[in-house]
Amino acid sequence: MAAKIPAKPSTPRLSELPVDGHFGEFGGQFVPEILIPALKELERVYKEISVRFDFQSELKALRADYGGRPTPLYFAKRLTEYANGARIFLKREDLVHGGAHALNNALGQALLARAMGKRRVIAETGSGQHGVAVAMACAVLGLHAEIYMGARDIERQKANVQRIQLLGATVHPVTSGSQTLKDAINEALRDWATNVPTTYYLIGSAVGPHPYPMIVRDFQRVIGDELKGQLLRREQRLPDLVVACVGGGSNAIGTFYPFVNDEKVQFLGVESSGAAALCHGSIGVLHGAKTFVLQDEHGSIGETHSIAAGLDYPAVGPEHALYKKLGRAEYITVSDQEALEGFRLLARCEGILPSLEAAHAIYAGVQRAQRMKRDQIVVITLSGRGEKDLETVVQHDAHAALE
Amino acid sequence: MMLTQRLSKRFEEVHSRREAALIGYIMVGEPEFSRTLEYIGALESGGVDIVELGVPFTDPIADDPILQAAHGRALRQGVNVHTVFQLVRELRKNSELPVLLMTYYNPICRLGEESFARRCSEAGVDGVIIPDLPIEEAASWVNQARKYGLARIFFVTPETDNERVKRICEYASGFVYLVSRYGTTGPSETLAPTVLPLLERVKPLLPEDLKVAVGFGLTTRAHIEAVVRAGADGVIVASALAARITEGASPEALADYVRELKAGTRRTV
Ligand SMILES: Cc1ncc(COP(=O)(O)O)c(C=O)c1O
Repeated sequence: MAAKIPAKPSTPRLSELPVDGHFGEFGGQFVPEILIPALKELERVYKEISVRFDFQSELKALRADYGGRPTPLYFAKRLTEYANGARIFLKREDLVHGGAHALNNALGQALLARAMGKRRVIAETGSGQHGVAVAMACAVLGLHAEIYMGARDIERQKANVQRIQLLGATVHPVTSGSQTLKDAINEALRDWATNVPTTYYLIGSAVGPHPYPMIVRDFQRVIGDELKGQLLRREQRLPDLVVACVGGGSNAIGTFYPFVNDEKVQFLGVESSGAAALCHGSIGVLHGAKTFVLQDEHGSIGETHSIAAGLDYPAVGPEHALYKKLGRAEYITVSDQEALEGFRLLARCEGILPSLEAAHAIYAGVQRAQRMKRDQIVVITLSGRGEKDLETVVQHDAHAALE
Repeated sequence: MMLTQRLSKRFEEVHSRREAALIGYIMVGEPEFSRTLEYIGALESGGVDIVELGVPFTDPIADDPILQAAHGRALRQGVNVHTVFQLVRELRKNSELPVLLMTYYNPICRLGEESFARRCSEAGVDGVIIPDLPIEEAASWVNQARKYGLARIFFVTPETDNERVKRICEYASGFVYLVSRYGTTGPSETLAPTVLPLLERVKPLLPEDLKVAVGFGLTTRAHIEAVVRAGADGVIVASALAARITEGASPEALADYVRELKAGTRRTV
């Protein structure tokens, strides 16, 4: 037998991350000691259970029969004509049960919670979509859900608050700090520290301490996996560019990750200009991960303002931080006004009302397509539907009419 | 560099008087920045052996609403790590009271670990407590803290198993911060049922030179007596002090309350 040669520590490929809970220098577990054993247990159970056939088949069945997957890959013909450049396809996550990509993650993690014997599930929500998805997943699996939501978001996403409550979950308003997603996560972490033996924390984006960014990515990669297969069948080729909006970064990482080794496929992540951790932030630590964060020179976290509650967050998932640093993905910002333009454009061209989060991706994707060749392909992930935002859009229009 | 003498000497003095160390917390900027030194003086005159100074942060996930409000008020007054260092330098002009900083990790990350540790040591800080820095992420911080002679205070909780306690001891110096219960800081009527069994479990695992101080929820003399009787080398009172300051307690009233707490640290024969 040959002598055992110690393996040379080679740089892992991006697709092999995280290693030891880190994406390069990003990620990690910057949380109070009380939560560390629970995070280790979560990682252990996830690694053991998620590969099991019964887990996979139950998730697959729920995604299909309950969630409505696979979602269509739609060729947006009139939007393509409007852009007059690359062909534009939409990955229709707005058609998932609940109206957004959020259910992909919520179902997966709710199954984990059940497998770990934790019947009390807590979650944070910004736009309310993750809250709705958790309430649905818990209802269908017989778990009890409590949702933390910033008071400001409760005000602007009322319809989703009512949906969460009708689905049998409790909504806890959060009045600290900026009263948005960031503060809802703070409160959920405090609850978890208090009730960790009985409670599963079902985080809603690819953020937080390891193993959450990995778990959420793995449950959201169904977006990119499906669209890759759908496009290959239809066009016998890969896209030139995939586009997604970035709040915490879950729908974007779910879209990008299956293409990470396909070097010719370019990634465009779209942040809100009022909450652009990747474009305007610096390296810091928030909610358990080292990543890009909006902060002042002394390390105080900055306040954010976005018309889309789901993008109103001053940090971003650590895997995006690495993609940015390495230049694997490009990140740009879109303003509230431009997002509203994207919203109207998709409504009128295609008869689809996008969520205001997704409207950021629509605007940026169309802009890009205009500058690309006709034989090129852009896929935009339409992360959610716009019903929850009608009041905001209508108010904005009324306001604009007055001015 | 050796661990700062102030902290280890203070534990020795207190021990030789058959007492546990009373560690009192105040957020820098409370009740207002211009009066924080005066209130630290009140804590010391009441009998606090070690002071723990809060560095404000926007997202204090381990803190209860009373302390969250204190973080907010301090930030609105413009308190930051540099003003905290300035205050410690001011204090050091005429006090040898051991000083610990309690800060979330992001302000350290922003300044850089080395720079933060150096400034701590230059200002006269004796140790740093970082509630969101578990040992998994602490290797480089431990090196810097060692280099600048700062005590590295890590937490042990009811969730921490014995094997992990031993690993934490390898990173820690000065004392380990034993978290009495699940959840955040915050005053409490009763002593958490988790604390005495935890103390009993952890105490035999600690190396000779590592003390143990109990915190989270200690509010009354009776609470303190109970944990001191069970073998705590120190007790940490934070929210209960913050609540009194928030309610407008004068320095004299605060000192009276501290005297009462300090009485609970004396070991009876
Ligand atoms: C429809 C929709 N899209 C996007 C997002 C942004 O989240 P993420 O960046 O995790 O996909 C949200 C968040 O709530 C959302 O509701």
